[in-house]
Amino acid sequence: MTEIPLQHILFLSTALFFIGVYGFFTRKNMITMLMSVELILNSVNINFIAFNKYLFADKLDGIFFTIFIIVIAAAEAAVAIAIIINLYRSHKSIDVDETNEMKY
Amino acid sequence: MAPYFFYFLAFLAIFSALMVVFSKNPVYSVLFLVMTFFAIAGQYILLNAQFLAVVHIIVYAGAIMVLFLFVVMLLNLNKELEPHKSSLLKLAGVIASGILMLTLIGTFRGATEQVVGAGLSDGLTYNNQVGLVKNLGKVLFSDFLLPFELSSILFLSAMVGAVMLGKRDKEPIEL
Repeated sequence: MTEIPLQHILFLSTALFFIGVYGFFTRKNMITMLMSVELILNSVNINFIAFNKYLFADKLDGIFFTIFIIVIAAAEAAVAIAIIINLYRSHKSIDVDETNEMKY
Repeated sequence: MAPYFFYFLAFLAIFSALMVVFSKNPVYSVLFLVMTFFAIAGQYILLNAQFLAVVHIIVYAGAIMVLFLFVVMLLNLNKELEPHKSSLLKLAGVIASGILMLTLIGTFRGATEQVVGAGLSDGLTYNNQVGLVKNLGKVLFSDFLLPFELSSILFLSAMVGAVMLGKRDKEPIEL
């Protein structure tokens, strides 16, 4: 079985990372900005798993890093969505250009 | 067989990630992001992290994306918003992401041969059962016990914070 080269996996994660960065810069909707952040976190996860397999195949540290990144992403998404809902109640909009204050 | 799966999943992930960024309707963005997450879970299976693939599907596609979808529908965003994006912002995004991506890809192409297979060629016995739940559980509850407990505290504080931010406080609470 031919092995996939490591740099192809790195190309994939780099492409996903910068698609996420582009989305974070250009979208104005807060929810889609948050989804771009999730895309960035997932590209980093692919890097961790790939290096864990290719360099330290008998260890599990990369997998645990990825699990803790997923944990932090879940907590972050919950808090960010609470903030977004609160913002929508006071401003009736979640456009980042119109929300230049968060105190009601 | 595995390389074809890899390239198919990579194409699927990049295509649906582009559709996440470029589709105007936020509901389509969420659904394409779910597709991206399934493709990434397939990559995890190819990279011998089977338990992680299942956790990824459950947590992301099952929990976070459903939460996003509910919020998008709750806030009435399921129509074409964003009438015009400023082209200056698009140009800034293309420059900032594109140039750094080209730099990183050039770096990977140059510095690849020393790294690939450095651990595998050392005569390590390669165990493809390493990502299953038995091995993971043993290490998680011995070596990674402190981060595990700390992440549970993090979850508790995030839950309290989300409830506190999300509740309406129009009228003061009387005790």
